[in-house]
Amino acid sequence: MTAQALAPVEKKVAQRRIALTGNHAVALAVKMCRPEVIAAYPITPQTPVVEKLAEYVNNGELDAEYIPVESEHSAMSAVIGASAAGARTFTETSSQGLGHMYENLPIAVGMRLPIVMGMAVRTYSAPINVWGDYSDVMSMRELGWIIYIAQSAQEAFDTVIQAYRVAEDSRVHLPAVVAYDGFWTSHVLQPLDVPEDEEEVMRFAPITRSWVRLDVDNPAQLGAVGTPEWYWEVRWQAVEALRESQKVIEEVDEEFGKWFGRRYGLFRTHRTEDAELVVVTYGSLYGLAKKVADRLRQEGVRAGALRLRVIRPWPGDQLKKALEAAEKVFVIDRAINHGAYLQGPMAMELAATLQRPVYSALATIGMRAIDSDMIYEAALKVLKGLWAPNQTYTIGLRGGYE
Amino acid sequence: MSSGGRFAKIPVYIRGNYLVKTAIKAAEEYQGQYEYANFELPDEELFLPGHGLCASCTIGVIARHMLKVFGPDTVVINPTGCAEVSTVVYPRTNWGVPWIHVAFGNGGSVASGIEAAIKALKRRGVIDPGRRINVVVFAGDGGTADIGFQALSGMFERGHKVIYVMYDNEGYMNTGIQRSGTTPFGASATTSPAGKKVPGNVTHKKPMAAIAAAHGIPYVATANPAYVHDMVYKFKKAMEVDGPSFIHVLQSCTPGWRFEPKYAIRVLELATETGYWVNYEIERGEFRVTLPVPRRKHVKCFLQLQGRFRHLKPEEVEYIQKVIDRDVEEINRVVGREVIGPVDPSLPCLTERK
Repeated sequence: MTAQALAPVEKKVAQRRIALTGNHAVALAVKMCRPEVIAAYPITPQTPVVEKLAEYVNNGELDAEYIPVESEHSAMSAVIGASAAGARTFTETSSQGLGHMYENLPIAVGMRLPIVMGMAVRTYSAPINVWGDYSDVMSMRELGWIIYIAQSAQEAFDTVIQAYRVAEDSRVHLPAVVAYDGFWTSHVLQPLDVPEDEEEVMRFAPITRSWVRLDVDNPAQLGAVGTPEWYWEVRWQAVEALRESQKVIEEVDEEFGKWFGRRYGLFRTHRTEDAELVVVTYGSLYGLAKKVADRLRQEGVRAGALRLRVIRPWPGDQLKKALEAAEKVFVIDRAINHGAYLQGPMAMELAATLQRPVYSALATIGMRAIDSDMIYEAALKVLKGLWAPNQTYTIGLRGGYE
Repeated sequence: MSSGGRFAKIPVYIRGNYLVKTAIKAAEEYQGQYEYANFELPDEELFLPGHGLCASCTIGVIARHMLKVFGPDTVVINPTGCAEVSTVVYPRTNWGVPWIHVAFGNGGSVASGIEAAIKALKRRGVIDPGRRINVVVFAGDGGTADIGFQALSGMFERGHKVIYVMYDNEGYMNTGIQRSGTTPFGASATTSPAGKKVPGNVTHKKPMAAIAAAHGIPYVATANPAYVHDMVYKFKKAMEVDGPSFIHVLQSCTPGWRFEPKYAIRVLELATETGYWVNYEIERGEFRVTLPVPRRKHVKCFLQLQGRFRHLKPEEVEYIQKVIDRDVEEINRVVGREVIGPVDPSLPCLTERK
């Protein structure tokens, strides 16, 4: 985890090291951000987050209204209502839960509500599978949410705090989701540093209440009918806001670094400067990708690794710059883009960004286990020309394309 | 529009210039019968003119009186439906209070979130803790009895202090008159058309008030905009209880029910006069018929005014009459006396207006 921190930075905030699962790290971060309304519905693997938050509320450690709603559709609806009423809000979901709340997701964007949602990712049914892959969060890409993908418990903790600050910034006013591996991050106990004084978090991310809201002294109507004469202009503001949010995301990340000593950037790179092969992935798989890059380096291959972190807004220019010199870009996707030219969603986006063919593979689908040897083998196939670009291969699928 | 326009005399609500004037004293209008409804309504309009509702649609009557009772410190949640698409079309609005539309099936949960937020913000001193803010859902029958049913039930069960007003025009009128869970037996709708084999809708109205009451919430009522005094009294009661309240309001729909626009109120009166629609309240489990009908008109009086029932054969009309007779019997049994009387064939369908 500490490997993620930049070389010694001056920390303003005193911290202590504890051990938490990814889910409990998120719950703690949320508690420190003092949301006023939490709407929660259980679904594996995110459930421990909302259980922990319920504990905080019922023990008087967090002064919030906790609404144990009857479905995820209502969870998102309730936080939309609460956010529209001016409250800082939180909800969390996974997989089918996201699917159930789906129709409300673009509404939160159109109303410009700074909702923060956690997501311990999980694949979609059928067959029903409660385990982690990124199918759920990938299906949010077109909706206008800010999408973060965290690698570890520490990063999930830090990113929740950053997300509140970004979402509520008056230049942004958009909902944000913080995704992390279901089980491999959500349920694994990891060391992390947290502020000793919780007030510091509120000092870093105070509730701005700068968004348009339901105020009886200044009545506003939210969610009006937008006819063809108006819809596009209204929606376009959200498009521009998401584009502009990149600047704020970077700014907040940088300031977070100054306060807490950790920053992550829009994506992370490992030995990519002179790399001929870069393995691109996201979530907890990055550790294995780095290991493979190191092993290949030992064998004389100039290899590197890159981890996508903020995928919306898409940091296209920056990625282009980072990957420009690499001869081969090998994207290991953790969700299936059914029927697409490349079945890896991020491979498609990177190919479009780089304007050249990339190597694409799918792994960890339905949380199929993977190790660094398997990634290493795949990387060798790419290097030796056994795998062609513009084609999607599989790592770990019986009878797959290997 | 010139200053001498049609609406020049209707005071538009402006914050800080709020005057309560005597507008309706229901008890004076209906002497001896409705003393309980004796309170004043302000002149000021919070539901403003210029909406796009159909000619003679009674949604406007309900919304207007609802806001006269609830006042300016009210937040309205308006799920998808006729009221929503006709009153807030960007950049115009007919609501003088904060208003939100999120989606179709989530009036109950959006309201839950708003109510919770107000509570939390009062505790944190963002909103004056002494200030009472009404959280009101104004939803149609589809958004309540069908797609919004789960969110509604959740809101009741969790006990949010929300006033839920369901305007029931007995179908998906906004999307072009499809049947809903509250479409009555025999009505022809585009998804339950009167055909050669099936005589229109074959199911019965979902008993929303009874379902709401089964949640044990403190106040449930049925209302009818033809009896404004009774309706506003129920809004007032709903506002005063501590906990969720539900008001099921029958609402006549010109294109959906297919009556002449001049009969919008008449048809609603006939609904009550025939016993098709009984105005009652259930206050903390106590059932009371607020509009007794000593002698009923035959249901054909209600049906024949509407095109949606025109295809019914006499035996089908009689079947509907039998169903109403059975419901009336049940209501009288619950009350313990005859609050709704028998059908009196001598009553004329349309009573002469003075």
